[in-house]
Amino acid sequence: MKSKNDILNIKNLHTSFRIKDHYYHAVEDISLTLKENEVLAIVGESGCGKSTLATSIVGLHPPGNTKVTGEILYKGKNLVEFKEDELNKIRGNDIGFIFQDPLAALNPLMKIGEQIAETLKYHTKLDENKRKERVLELLDQVGIVNPARVANQFPHQLSGGMRQRVVIAIAIACKPKIMVADEPTTALDVTIQAQILDLLNDLQEETDAGIVLITHDLGVVAEVADRVAVMYAGQIVELATVTELFRNPLHPYTRSLLNSIPQADSNNERLEVIQGMVPTLTKMPRKGCRFAPRVPWIDETKHEENPALHEISKDHFVRCTCWKDFHFEHQEGGLQHELHAN
Amino acid sequence: MSFMQIKDLNVHYPIRGGFFNTVVDHVYAVDGVSMEFEKGKTYGLVGESGSGKSTTGKAIIGLEKITSGQIIYEGQNVTNQRRKRNSAYNRDIQMIFQDSTSAMNPRKRIQEILAEPIRNFMKVSPQEEKRRIIELLEIVGMSEEALLKYPHEFSGGQKQRLGIARAVACNPKMIIADEPVSALDLSVQAQVLNFMKDIQNEFGLSYLFISHDLGVVRHMCDHISIMYKGRFVESGTREEIYANPQHVYTNRLLSAIPNIEPETRDERKIKRRAVEAAYKADSHKYFDEKGKVYPLKDLSQTHKVAMMGAERGGM
Repeated sequence: MKSKNDILNIKNLHTSFRIKDHYYHAVEDISLTLKENEVLAIVGESGCGKSTLATSIVGLHPPGNTKVTGEILYKGKNLVEFKEDELNKIRGNDIGFIFQDPLAALNPLMKIGEQIAETLKYHTKLDENKRKERVLELLDQVGIVNPARVANQFPHQLSGGMRQRVVIAIAIACKPKIMVADEPTTALDVTIQAQILDLLNDLQEETDAGIVLITHDLGVVAEVADRVAVMYAGQIVELATVTELFRNPLHPYTRSLLNSIPQADSNNERLEVIQGMVPTLTKMPRKGCRFAPRVPWIDETKHEENPALHEISKDHFVRCTCWKDFHFEHQEGGLQHELHAN
Repeated sequence: MSFMQIKDLNVHYPIRGGFFNTVVDHVYAVDGVSMEFEKGKTYGLVGESGSGKSTTGKAIIGLEKITSGQIIYEGQNVTNQRRKRNSAYNRDIQMIFQDSTSAMNPRKRIQEILAEPIRNFMKVSPQEEKRRIIELLEIVGMSEEALLKYPHEFSGGQKQRLGIARAVACNPKMIIADEPVSALDLSVQAQVLNFMKDIQNEFGLSYLFISHDLGVVRHMCDHISIMYKGRFVESGTREEIYANPQHVYTNRLLSAIPNIEPETRDERKIKRRAVEAAYKADSHKYFDEKGKVYPLKDLSQTHKVAMMGAERGGM
């Protein structure tokens, strides 16, 4: 790993949505930094607020019924306070965005080449011929075999993997410093997924961009991420480097998630299950450890009253203290117990 | 002994065009697939999108017209009976769909949704019917409160379980599960998979488990077939497929599965590149001039692979 500078600094970010005259926090008190040339993965189940976090970074929420507070510092400026036209200058230029569903992200009535050129037209001073050249160059860069033909096609004529490549081409058109990828491979087959992830990795090596990767797939995280933030119910519950997180997961939620993956080499008949489900926005508990209702066998006194992120070891943060005494339902003793036993 | 055999199943869609809108070509969605099902086993059908795995499932249950081929169920040829009402085949083979939301009528209550198969296939009194519905809800771990609710009031995992409840209503012999957990979160996925195993043990069900997720398939299935462009490229027991894959396409799929060990990811990337290169270089060994898959050849009693020069070993 090279030495890295922070390029994005998120401080105490809250995003709340209005539901019947009340604002509910979907993202609560998130502080994160993204470094150059780094893949920061954000994982969690649906409803944990990970996509909301992504869209907050680029200001894609309708201002009428959303409240965003806190700071998102990019080059010393706070994106939260930016007006729409200021944001427009940054989106697509400094920050690229890759959406989950490439078909919905592309205009069905516009040729691929024009869609990529549109970004260039808005953000650069290239003339038409230069733009065309750049479009073909970009398509080539994202691994499309026949750029000239594809540039002249419409989105529906391409396969899912090709479309996602086009969306990536648009995202990297202006060589952004930051890329936000919201479930970029969820809609794709495994072989295509592997190709797209390899592509993102290669592009990053070329451009030194920082990538925020939103995903629910821990396998994908293990393949590409450098650091991982695990989100639950709008909060970060664990933050660590990828090797640390998979070798030494601490928070009960992280451990439960890892435990519910069908494991290749175990012949265990039953998968571990997390009881209950992610609370909905309106029913989210606003006090205490939010994961507590899903691990009812853990004594209440083990949770903190106001769970904070604690730095357990260098660069490894865990929320609440309940991890110390956490054990799976059918096991005895907690993590500390095990540590002592060893 | 297998209770059901699929013999040389073909589903071709005509492509029309030309002057008089004549049939100019066919899409070979399913192209000569044969399978056998034994009681209490789970059969995996794996492939990328467009490989014809869902079409195979739908053709077996009768949602898709068969161009040619036979389905033998308990010694009888049921190929043409699949869509008849009240046939035993229709009762004994059921299906679970990927998108449980669109598989249920949004304007019906759960009790009506679950009553439908019972009314179709069993002659029971209303009291008996109600008792069976409550029993079904118990099987899938839900309370009687669910009876009067509508599908949208449930979460994804609950809806998928209700879909399973509907499928097991008439004590089927086999359930065709088309991507049953693909739309679910990890922990919910674990719930549904556990539950599918439970009812399998309890009722001796067989599953045809259609999925693109090789991790889930490995967890669930005894026997796995890999499909590509309407044909099987490889078929064998779980151990044979995962420990000793023969076909380059199987290898390619396996090497693409993300693994949760970040330490070894660079090695995996190199291996993935090597497999990808082999896939391009040796494709003539595995696919004929038209890009079609060769016919399956036996490697052992259970392991079949479609490639040139595959010799009959073992046996």
